[in-house]
This record gives sequence, C-alpha cells and structure tokens, in this order.
Amino acid sequence: MALSTKTKAALLGPLNKNNPVIVQVLGICSALAVTSKLEPSLVMAVAVTLVLAAANVIISLLRKTIPNRIRIIVQLVVVAALVTIVSEVLKAFAYDVNKQLSVFVGLIVTNCILMGRLEAFALGNGPWPSFLDGIGNGLGYGWILVAVGFFRELLGSGELLGYKVIPQFMYDAGYENNGLMMLAPMALILVAVIIWVHRARNKDLQEETN
Amino acid sequence: MDAISLIVRSIFVDNMIFAYFLGMCSFLAVSKNVKTALGLGIAVTFVLVITVPVNFLLENHVLKSGALTWLGDEFTGVDLSVFSLLIFIAVIASIVQLVEMIIEKFSPALYASLGIFLPLIAVNCAILGGSLFMQQREFANIGMATAYGFGSGIGWLLAIVGLAAIREKLEYSHVPKPLKGLGITFIVTALMAIGFMSFSGINI
Repeated sequence: MALSTKTKAALLGPLNKNNPVIVQVLGICSALAVTSKLEPSLVMAVAVTLVLAAANVIISLLRKTIPNRIRIIVQLVVVAALVTIVSEVLKAFAYDVNKQLSVFVGLIVTNCILMGRLEAFALGNGPWPSFLDGIGNGLGYGWILVAVGFFRELLGSGELLGYKVIPQFMYDAGYENNGLMMLAPMALILVAVIIWVHRARNKDLQEETN
Repeated sequence: MDAISLIVRSIFVDNMIFAYFLGMCSFLAVSKNVKTALGLGIAVTFVLVITVPVNFLLENHVLKSGALTWLGDEFTGVDLSVFSLLIFIAVIASIVQLVEMIIEKFSPALYASLGIFLPLIAVNCAILGGSLFMQQREFANIGMATAYGFGSGIGWLLAIVGLAAIREKLEYSHVPKPLKGLGITFIVTALMAIGFMSFSGINI
C-alpha cells in the first residue's frame, strides 16, 4: 500500500521535526520518571501509543457531539477509561513491570501529549487521520523513552532488559557502573543531550533566547 | 509531630519535581519569570490542599475494598478501586472548576493573577500524582493526607520559583546555540535535582 504524503507527514513528522517530547515539550513527566530501565520504558511507550491512538479515534468520532464548554472533562473521562483498561491489563499480564511503573500508568491520564493531541488534532480531523496522528506521536514519544532507558540501563547497571551486556573482563580491568545514571537527574541530562544533538542538526528549531 | 515531619519530607526529600518529575510540563513552560511562577505555585498548592483530602475521603469511604461497609453488611466485599482513576480525575477537574468560580466571585484581584493558570492545573500531573501517591501510601487519617498535599504543593512552588529565578539570570549568559531555551533548562533542572538529592536519607 502506497502512503500518501499526508499520511506520511502524520506518521513520520512526530518522529523528528515535530517530536512531542523534545520539540513540543509534552509528556516530559513520564518520559523522565520511568526510564531508569529499558523494560518499563518499552512498556510505557507501547501503553501511551495505544491509549493515544484509541483516544484520538474516539474523540474524533465524538467531535461533532461534544459541547465545547465541557470538552476537557469529556476528554479526561475518555482517557481515564482507556488508561484504566491498560492498567488492569498490565496488572494481569505484566505484574512486575506494573509494580515498577507504580503511579505512572495512572498518570498517563494527565500526560500532556494526550490532551495536546486531542485538543490540537482529534477535535478537528476525521478518525483515520487522527488514528495515524496518535500512532505517530506515540512512536515519537516512545523512541525518546527507549533511547533514554537504553543508555540509563546500559551505563547504570551494565545490563539490557535484565541481561548482562558489559563483559566481565571490563569490570576486571577497572570499569565501574555509573550509579548516578540510575538516579533521577541523569534522565534530565540525557534528554538535554538528545535535544542538543537534535537541534544542532535542525538549525531551524534553535531558540533565540535562553 | 508526624504531620510536620511529613510536610518537611514531602517538601525536600520527596519533592514532586526533583524526585518524581511530576508537573514537569507546566514547570518548564511557566518558569520564564518569578512572578508568574509564584502565581502558578500558589495555585497548585491551593488545589493540592483541597483535592488530596477529598480524594482521601472518597478512597477510604467509597473506593477501597470493604470501604462501603457503612452502607450495610452486604457491601463488605465490594471493591471499586478499579474506578479510582476516573473518580480522582473527575474530582480534580470539578474542584478546579469550582475553585475558579469561587475565586472569580469573591476575590477578583486574586482571580486576575491566578485565573489563567487554573484551567492548566486540571491536567497538571502533580495534582493527580498527589492523589495517586496518597492512595499508594495509605495515610492513617485525613490530617496526614492534608499535610502531604500541603507539603507537596510547597515543594513544587519552591522548585518552580527557584528555576524561574535562575532562568531570569541566565538571560545574560552565553549558552551554546542548540542548547538555548529548552536544553539549558533541562540541565539547570538536573543540577537543582542533584542539589536536592543531598536531602535524601534525612530522618526527621
């Protein structure tokens, strides 16, 4: 199936030039909090993508019937219902990960990416483009999470998904895990580095003031 | 005594922003100058102090397994905690709306300074996070829950005012071009978080 330019833009834009995390500054909270290991980052990325795509479709189907004044509450209820489903599924099939994510699964409800995309896109577009927009933005959010989670787990504990990847002779030669990587502040620094590299390559995104 | 130590701990050790990254979005967006940062901080504290105890009551008398016993013995086994997310967010959204209307009616001056921030707060993760942490930690009574809401709010306020003050000064410094704006704000926040880590492990 050949993709039209518009479809491509909806899907691929959020991965790079229009990234929800590092360009639009949405959904930072969870992007930082769950990334100390790769596995919860992956689960979180998938969960947010699914919720975002589903919420986008539902709101875009309802967009003509929602009264403008109470739309925020309607959006919150739709999202909260979807998140409740996701969190129950996680509790049933991935209990350990659910434990690690603790309150952050529930906090998908207030993830600004959701409200941002619902307000900016789903309220003004049909279900199919909204679905693509949801998937695209979910993936754009996801790859940042996975990148940060990858480096934090690799450098912080020498493991990936729980398997040792840094060989023993490195430790024998004096290599040590960087414990700081497991702590909260390094997530911020890593995101800052991603932003740095991204903006160095995309000069039009650079800001003028501090 | 417990309440005071809980307040101090939630301000410094379990700081909403530096330990859990809650409310980052508005934290980054509204920290360009101290005055608006202070306004948003006060509004967040205000809403937290109201929503955490309200949700505490709902959690303990409606949602928790066995919480409905007061309705009669046949309700002992009912567990509604599946709906806690829905209820919490609905309570928060409606309280924010209510607070907005009350402030508008009784104190137009306060409304003029806080008004624009109030709708923002309904989707601030720090507020919902406060309620979810309250649920997770199972506080003993409503006083402790209120103390937790108050402490978290003050911690959030301290963080955003601190960042805004630093960003005001940062205006005059020389930052590499790709790091300008968002990037340097992240790094400053990280350094502040490392500073706040020195409080961890304190027992009060």
